[in-house]
Amino acid sequence: MSAEKELRVRPIRNGTVIDRILAGQAMNVLKILRIKGAYSEVVTMAMNVPSKALGQKDIVKIENRELEEKELDKISLISPGATINIIRDFEVADKYQVELPEMVEGMVKCINPNCISNTKEPVTSKFEVKKDPVQLRCIYCENIIMENIAEHLL
Amino acid sequence: MRFKRRHIISMKDFTREEIDYILDRAAKLEPLARGGRSDLLAGKILALLFYEPSTRTRMSFETAMLRLGGSVLNLGSKEATSIVKGETLADMIRVVSTYSDAIVQRHPSEGSALMAAEFSSVPIINGGDGAGHHPTQTLLDLYTIRKESHLDNLDIAIVGDLKYGRTVHSLTYALSLYGANITLVSPPQLNMPDQIKADLKARGARVSETENLEEVLDSIDVLYMTRIQKERFPDPTEYKKVAGAYKITTEHLGNVRDNMIIMHPLPRVNEIDSFVDTSSHARYFEQSFYGVPIRMALLTIVMGVEV
Ligand SMILES: Nc1ncnc2c1ncn2[C@@H]1O[C@H](COP(=O)(O)OP(=O)(O)OP(=O)(O)O)[C@@H](O)[C@H]1O
Ligand SMILES: [Mg+2]
Ligand SMILES: [Zn+2]
Repeated sequence: MSAEKELRVRPIRNGTVIDRILAGQAMNVLKILRIKGAYSEVVTMAMNVPSKALGQKDIVKIENRELEEKELDKISLISPGATINIIRDFEVADKYQVELPEMVEGMVKCINPNCISNTKEPVTSKFEVKKDPVQLRCIYCENIIMENIAEHLL
Repeated sequence: MRFKRRHIISMKDFTREEIDYILDRAAKLEPLARGGRSDLLAGKILALLFYEPSTRTRMSFETAMLRLGGSVLNLGSKEATSIVKGETLADMIRVVSTYSDAIVQRHPSEGSALMAAEFSSVPIINGGDGAGHHPTQTLLDLYTIRKESHLDNLDIAIVGDLKYGRTVHSLTYALSLYGANITLVSPPQLNMPDQIKADLKARGARVSETENLEEVLDSIDVLYMTRIQKERFPDPTEYKKVAGAYKITTEHLGNVRDNMIIMHPLPRVNEIDSFVDTSSHARYFEQSFYGVPIRMALLTIVMGVEV
């Protein structure tokens, strides 16, 4: 099976496989999950893996962790085609594609330095989300973020 | 018709029906705006919260309120800077909305009016939010066009800084609701952003672009002039050249349509030669007066008073 061939490291008993990540975005996925040097669980990352559907893709596998809604939303912004595979007892127990929310709050920093959401005012950034390609429109100043969305994640 | 929206933040919030409703009400109030006093808003207080200088917008709101028998609370710009030091706009709005029946706000940050609306217990009218919106200017422009020309089948040329000018963006947006034929006249450095042009076309406007002002003068009903700011040009000689090419003088008026009107949001620098002021085409001073009936209309609407 092709899935077998992808298993470059030991299988996970429990955890999450984030598959079909847009090639080049795996590091950003780790950043979203705040996985850095001091993280204690086993994490594997594969970049530029050949994929029939995508040409190339990235994969991130994390043991003993299931993702939160907010993390899934952020992943959808940088890789709307990513799939989430919940692994329980070595088996894929659940599988779904991340879903772009219609609106994201407190997740992205507006690119406009003069936007009210970038001041000391008690206001949370809010963006309307459009798909294909992903575009974020600030509801306060209407500036649109289309490129390097990962860099603007809070 | 009932207005669902209490706040006046952006032209994009309005349907054509709502705009027509506001313009109709302004027409009703225009005689009163020309002189007189009513008690439509007696006992009501309008707070003017200007964090940035303004002459026309602030004064015409004050006039509008006084003509309607109401009172104004003015946070002078000097006090504004000292009071506001350290205090957030959000707190200011929470406080001032307990003192007043509506707030007109001008603030340098984009989106500040929308945020104010989230914290205010009374209607917020956006009097300018940085490079964002200035809906009352657009409404008075539309009123001027309807009164002095016509909104249907309109041929309009908009001249000057079409890249940064917020007035122009929201005016063209509103005109698209009326299917106007819009010619954008600007130097290449100041062309309207593609995104906005695409938006306008999608909404039903006919939009064309040229660098050459003289080429369009004879085929329009409205010539809408705007200021070209020196700061936009790193090279002063380049600025002089451009400013000269987009200046209107009486010599340009020889072959224009008889009823063509010239508008300008003011203040002008030298885009319109002062000799044009006395021509039958000039309407920029009327335009600035129409800010009063438009703001009277808005004040009665947001305060829920029938006229
Ligand atoms: N126990 C496990 N440990 C680590 N990775 C696993 C485990 N089980 C599955 N995976 C990985 O999870 C992903 C989904 O597994 P699945 O068996 O559903 O593969 P698939 O049939 O190729 O699915 P898809 O159609 O989503 O690509 C694959 O990348 C697979 O390598
Ligand atoms: Mg697969
Ligand atoms: Zn913004």
